[in-house]
Amino acid sequence: MNAARTTEVVVIGGGQAGLAMSRCLADRSVDHVVLERGEVANSWTTERWDSLRLLTPNWMSRLPGFTYQGKDPDGYMTAGEVAAHLECYRQSFDAPVRTGVTVTRIVSGESHDDGHRVETTDGPWDAEAVVMATGACSNPHVPAIAADLPDHIEQITPIAYRNPSGVADGRVLVVGASASGLQIADELTRAGRDVVLAVGDHVRLPRTYRGMDIHWWMDVVGLLDERYDEVEDLARARRLPSLQLVGSPERRTLGLDTVQEHGVQLVGRLVGRSGDRAQFSGSLANYCTSADLKQGRLLDQLDEYAAEHGLDTELGPADRPAPTPLGPPVLDMDLRDVGTIVWATGFRPQYPWLDEAHLDARGRLIHDGGVLSVPGMYVLGLPFMRRRKSSFIDGVGPDAVELADHLLAHLHRMATLRPA
Amino acid sequence: MSIIESATVDNGVNVEALLGAREALTAAPPAGQFVFSATNEWISGTHSRTTVDRFFGLGTEQAHRQPYSVETDHPEIFAAADNGPTPPEMMLMGLAGCLTAGVASVAQNRGIQLRSVKATVEGNLDIAGILGIDPEVRNGYSGITVRYEIDADASREEIQAVVAQSQKRSAVYDVITNPTGVVVEVA
Repeated sequence: MNAARTTEVVVIGGGQAGLAMSRCLADRSVDHVVLERGEVANSWTTERWDSLRLLTPNWMSRLPGFTYQGKDPDGYMTAGEVAAHLECYRQSFDAPVRTGVTVTRIVSGESHDDGHRVETTDGPWDAEAVVMATGACSNPHVPAIAADLPDHIEQITPIAYRNPSGVADGRVLVVGASASGLQIADELTRAGRDVVLAVGDHVRLPRTYRGMDIHWWMDVVGLLDERYDEVEDLARARRLPSLQLVGSPERRTLGLDTVQEHGVQLVGRLVGRSGDRAQFSGSLANYCTSADLKQGRLLDQLDEYAAEHGLDTELGPADRPAPTPLGPPVLDMDLRDVGTIVWATGFRPQYPWLDEAHLDARGRLIHDGGVLSVPGMYVLGLPFMRRRKSSFIDGVGPDAVELADHLLAHLHRMATLRPA
Repeated sequence: MSIIESATVDNGVNVEALLGAREALTAAPPAGQFVFSATNEWISGTHSRTTVDRFFGLGTEQAHRQPYSVETDHPEIFAAADNGPTPPEMMLMGLAGCLTAGVASVAQNRGIQLRSVKATVEGNLDIAGILGIDPEVRNGYSGITVRYEIDADASREEIQAVVAQSQKRSAVYDVITNPTGVVVEVA
């Protein structure tokens, strides 16, 4: 058994969030270590499909002390390019990353100085503070109905999907029409596969509006910087499905209408199974109407901003996307025709090393803007954690700066309490 | 919604009470487990009377101010006595009542003053199903449409959004659009 090493801060996770925090800690001369279970940017290299690109334009990959280094600021990086971007970042300040180290347990308040003992596959660390930066997408969420489906169907999540040729023969039922589900359904149908897409709550928006990228808009009108203590219904905002977008060189819009045009059959939410038949909800039309209304409100907000800032002459016309045409509802389907189900039904972060006391009744981490109730424990990278863009690459930086300051104050407090 | 807006808008919905209930139930979920029930007694032919009176909720037995009864029957063209609405029509009534209650509540919460709300509900039903003529035809409605005419202090999009939100939070809309287990026992 290794003797415990000591440091001021343990950062768990060597992706954009962990590295951003590492940079902030280095800037504040805080001694720390970054523990990464794989290699830097592990999720980007091991858990993403081949064609995946960022949803956000490359210039929106700003990190503390670092910006996009490539030649295509308005383009969308591939997963591999993101990994390279992050590796460059790590090297730029020689981040103290230990790779191949998995955290197994955190015990707080028992070691000396009321700090935290972080147990790992490489031996324990004692630290005054811990920052969990392992991302929001560790665990694909698969609904309970999955257990009730016929054995002949291969069930996968986006984490296991790589490309169309890796998907078993037969009809593919993609469940979930947010970014992942829509992109996968789109790729499969373009590869000539028979695809059915089960649609529930979703957020529709165009890739570009009046000639400008939608993320440029959301950034410039201040939406992405909206703070968690300013928004009306935070729980709802944090649950918002991922935007129906894709990053592509052609800047194409991805939506239910576009995939339907390319052959995908749209059905309502998968809500049950009766014998050989899958049952779909009759509520598809309402979800589509709701998404269209929400899109309209966003575009109205953008038009208002343009008018207020005298941009109307420079921007294109305010053309609004048409509602998705829906045929008569398809309420059920023969499961014997289905070869694969892709559960694009969301992700949950997971903290297997953490005591259940840190989790609420539904298994979610209890925190206030990334600050846990146990002194000296922090989390980064969750949706709308401190601001709307908290889970974006471009959002971890500002969050890391604020939490690093909070953490620094914690360290100073601990130092004053320590006997001389 | 800001309290200032709700004070000048009155659709007759006590939104503060609803929001208070939301908070209380988030803290104590078991109190939210309700059981609704009805008793039905046959009268004659296809004519029966269904009564609602008691229900269970907030951890204890509850009761309406008074019992409410509805008699249902089949129409004369079904060779029946037409003593009341048909049970399938009762479902449309339930849907309309639920959605409209939702429209009023959502409008109140969003500070929108309603002046009038009218809904027309239609359900398509091929009786070849219930008569057992054609196994391909379902017994129930093949489709239901609800058409709202709403006069309110709001834009068309705002009104559409209220109606959309009402569907999202409607119990009857949910029962009709999604599968629901039904178990029928005999004593």
